[in-house]
Amino acid sequence: MLSELAAGIVAGDRRALARAISHVEADTAKGRELLADLYPRTGRAQTIGITGSAGAGKSTLVAALAREERKRGRTVGIIAVDPSSPFSHGAILGDRIRMQDLTADGGVFMRSMASRGNLGGLAEMASGVVDVMDAAGFDVVIVETVGAGQDEVEVATATQSTVLVANPGGGDEVQSMKAGLMEIAQIMVVNKADLAGADTAVMQLRGLLAIAEHRAWIPPFLKAIARTGDGVPELVDAIDQHQEHVRTSEHAEAERRGLAEAQILSLVRAALYREALAAARADGAIDALVSEVAARRRDPRSAATSLVDAVRDRWAVR
Amino acid sequence: MTTEQRTLRVLIAKPGLDGHDRGAKVVARALRDAGMEVIYTGIRQTPQMIAEAALQEDVDVVGLSILSGAHLEIFPRVTAELKARGIDDVLLFCGGIIPEADIPAIKEMGFQAVFGPGTDTNEIIAFLREHAPERD
Repeated sequence: MLSELAAGIVAGDRRALARAISHVEADTAKGRELLADLYPRTGRAQTIGITGSAGAGKSTLVAALAREERKRGRTVGIIAVDPSSPFSHGAILGDRIRMQDLTADGGVFMRSMASRGNLGGLAEMASGVVDVMDAAGFDVVIVETVGAGQDEVEVATATQSTVLVANPGGGDEVQSMKAGLMEIAQIMVVNKADLAGADTAVMQLRGLLAIAEHRAWIPPFLKAIARTGDGVPELVDAIDQHQEHVRTSEHAEAERRGLAEAQILSLVRAALYREALAAARADGAIDALVSEVAARRRDPRSAATSLVDAVRDRWAVR
Repeated sequence: MTTEQRTLRVLIAKPGLDGHDRGAKVVARALRDAGMEVIYTGIRQTPQMIAEAALQEDVDVVGLSILSGAHLEIFPRVTAELKARGIDDVLLFCGGIIPEADIPAIKEMGFQAVFGPGTDTNEIIAFLREHAPERD
């Protein structure tokens, strides 16, 4: 038996979907129960991650992608992640500004999400929201993230097809991405391709990939102008091809398992970290260590080791 | 419920055709700095767009900013669109250029507060914290 909320989502009730996402986002008991209920109904949607540095044109590209998917008769769920302020934990979520025309389209559901601090929980939340939208029956679910840092690399585990958005003239920026994002992106797009240097940017990306290990899926390199929609049909074609690969190629099973493993590990990492932090803070153990390390009476590595030992002892007692 | 205090989600929207978004942005920023998540949708929003955004974003609060003088025409259309979507538990407030004489009518429509030019943003923050609806 599905709960009332889960049943509402499956039946296409948009209000129930919106409420459910809030529960998943806040990681409430209801949210967890919901995800357990809904998971067997997921797996049908194409799930797509769009990542790249701030200003690369991700929001505009997501809007253009959604329009093209709609032209092809598919319904679209969008999750746009923006950073929370590390000071106030508040956020201004402005991605709807570039997606105004989509708000009136009943075949589109767009949700803004704040990253809400750094407990490794961003991927955790995003993958949960992707699952809820998948279960709600959207044909395509797109996640847009700020492409900087480990957290965002982990968000790639929330989706099957990850698209990396770069710009002409961003050579240095592309360099800095190679460590993480190049490995996890299955499609590369140079956006704003009407600016000078688009071909150079494509070449740079190709060059970086050449030094990466050989994989079953060879990432295509595309050019697009999200603002006008140029190159967007080709991008959707490339995503469709990757989805085909993920679902039906001889590597499909291995890739599904790889994604499942990455998801589980990222959830474990987040959960363990949260628990360990709570345990370390509970009796003020961390404060004493911080004072010692700050005064250089003790090195941070041994402090970390003793903290981990203390946490482990706590857990053993429990 | 989680043990932490729930993060309030607020939609700040500008209905109608005036493009004066300074006030809306100042309020958005102040609410962000007070720890709230603010969905800012930009200028020239139709009542349908505002209500649909409120639904999809599952906000606790909707704040409208208007300086065109069309509030008595547009606000009822916004509340009607909200109602049509079953949204009956959000806290509604507004700001902008709104004559004193119109305030009773606006409150009648369901807006719980009207903040005119010069309002201290702390007053808005305190008001939202106090009046945001409870949730299960």
